[in-house]
Amino acid sequence: MMGKYNIPVKYLLSKITHCIIIEPEKITSKTIELGNKYSPSFVCTPFKYTLGTMIESLDKGANVIIQAGGGCRYGYYAELQEQILKDLGYDFKLYNLVTASNLNVKKLYNIFKKIDKKFSVIKAIYYLYITKNMIRYMDKIDDYVRLNIGFSDKKSYKKLMDEMLDKFIKVKNPISLYAIYKKYNKKIKKVKVNKPKDCIKVGVIGELYTIMEPFANYFLEEELAKYNIEIKRFTNINYLLFTNKKVSKKALLNTKEFQKYKMGADASSNVYFAKYLCLKNYDGIIHIKSSFCTPEISSMVLINKVCEKYNKPVIYFSFDSSTSEVGIKTRLEAFYDMIEMRRNR
Amino acid sequence: MKCYLGVDIGSISTKGVIIDDDNNILASSYIPTEGSPVTAVKKLIKILKDKMDDKYIIKGIGTTGSARKLIGLLLDATIVKNEIMAHAIGTLSLYPDTKTILEIGGQDSKIILIQNGIITDYAMNTLCAAGTGSFLSSQAKRLGVDIKEFGKYALKSDNPVKIAARCTVFAESDLIHKAQAGYKKEDIISGLCKSIVLNYLNNVGKGKKIKEPIVFQGGVSKNEGVVKYFNEVLNTNVIVDDNSHLMGALGIAILSKGKTDKTYDLNIEDVSFQTKARECKGCSNNCEILRIYKDDKLIDNWGNRCDKYIKN
Repeated sequence: MMGKYNIPVKYLLSKITHCIIIEPEKITSKTIELGNKYSPSFVCTPFKYTLGTMIESLDKGANVIIQAGGGCRYGYYAELQEQILKDLGYDFKLYNLVTASNLNVKKLYNIFKKIDKKFSVIKAIYYLYITKNMIRYMDKIDDYVRLNIGFSDKKSYKKLMDEMLDKFIKVKNPISLYAIYKKYNKKIKKVKVNKPKDCIKVGVIGELYTIMEPFANYFLEEELAKYNIEIKRFTNINYLLFTNKKVSKKALLNTKEFQKYKMGADASSNVYFAKYLCLKNYDGIIHIKSSFCTPEISSMVLINKVCEKYNKPVIYFSFDSSTSEVGIKTRLEAFYDMIEMRRNR
Repeated sequence: MKCYLGVDIGSISTKGVIIDDDNNILASSYIPTEGSPVTAVKKLIKILKDKMDDKYIIKGIGTTGSARKLIGLLLDATIVKNEIMAHAIGTLSLYPDTKTILEIGGQDSKIILIQNGIITDYAMNTLCAAGTGSFLSSQAKRLGVDIKEFGKYALKSDNPVKIAARCTVFAESDLIHKAQAGYKKEDIISGLCKSIVLNYLNNVGKGKKIKEPIVFQGGVSKNEGVVKYFNEVLNTNVIVDDNSHLMGALGIAILSKGKTDKTYDLNIEDVSFQTKARECKGCSNNCEILRIYKDDKLIDNWGNRCDKYIKN
């Protein structure tokens, strides 16, 4: 599971089903090692990470796996992963919420009815609503932290956010959820921020899994924070689930000079984000993706054109399961030095 | 006389220069790293010291290259910086009008775009080492040609073979195939040099506007064959400085200027310097912790993802 989103997902599943939720281990190098071992080597890294996580969870005793995803090759991953795991001898049931990039209510109902006979639609709608809000609040706080983490105490943010999530998982209704959010929002905004007005601002765009799972991008945002950089990121679950469609329509309308047709997954939106960042006068753009991510390979060509037009630097990272961390640090350091040099001219 | 030392420790070679206040190179050296940066740097410093007369004081030390952090600790450097900055600064000190720097080193290759003396964009090769110095030198060895003669061989040919150079592994099998088919050695070498250029432009230079003046540097710039094909493909004359292999070291020496009042001695010959690696067992991530010992005293720890290790 990406980033900290395991918490709302766990919350939702524990409320609407009677299953025991086995929380996957945090992603570590062991996860990717496992994933790598059993994946085709030219598949993109999200496949490897999720497969590794599945193996770790099955070893912990899980017997039902829920997979959801689509938009690109990811849409076929559930079937492939199921086959690989079955070949390894695991006994489990895999439910794919999104088949052929299609999510429909009736199918979801049937799936959950299969998972749990006592599944109630009314309960599901109620908790879905809470979960939706939970994700929105998490993303809001995340956005704020991203803007400020380079200029204040990293640890107190982390502590407050963990505390908030601990309380989130225990809420019973939307009102108490909102109260907790308000309380922690206040607390987080009280953390002292020492931010100069003209601080360096960088936008991070790219493929969704790699951008949202810190382990998969080698803790890029943490690394950026060390350089006192304000970070802007568009991709989060709130975007993927709720605003994606709107944004991608807007993307095509606003980047007519660069693209005519929608590319797969978030590729078209990322071109739009790049243009947005250029127009908002960000100092630079960092584009990240996992190796072999086809939609983003197409978007890179256009992002290059955008950045050339607006004369903004852009740097591309392609993360694989065996990327050298030192290489990433060198490139980031150089990127920062370059931005500083451009500023001081 | 005030002097500054710049050391560029690459994967294949270690470069060092000593410059004066006006960026004139007083002494320089270029030796193979041979997998042991500490030994190489000790050797390098000795060579540089022998080249200098006695009336100099070192007022700044800079390190760059892939072993910059380790050697930075060894030399107690004033500044430790990435290769991109170092190369750009070094080149700009000699060619202030440069707009594009092409650099091909042992393990990596990069392109740096410059506008009015400011780096505006750069790219480095990411996944594959095809088209870098180490590939050339391993092929030279396989063909039984001294790497220094490699470029001259390439110039002898007017019929370069086509080599699939997208990837080192494929390039090598293609090379073997061509050799077994009876192609002349100079045609193969020439084709190899051309493939390096094409690969570089396709891979590292992809989508970048290459504007003149263009400076070509790094170890591979000493290869006349590669220079020839850069000129041919880009339809221009790339500038190759006599010291094109020293630009990184020169740049980092310049960057070390005026940062400190400290005076450095260069007595590192007898310093024992050791890296010990250990896997942390704190969680299943098993971070590889590198512990750096100078004269058996722990001076630094690298590689930990959290604070757990340091506490214990």
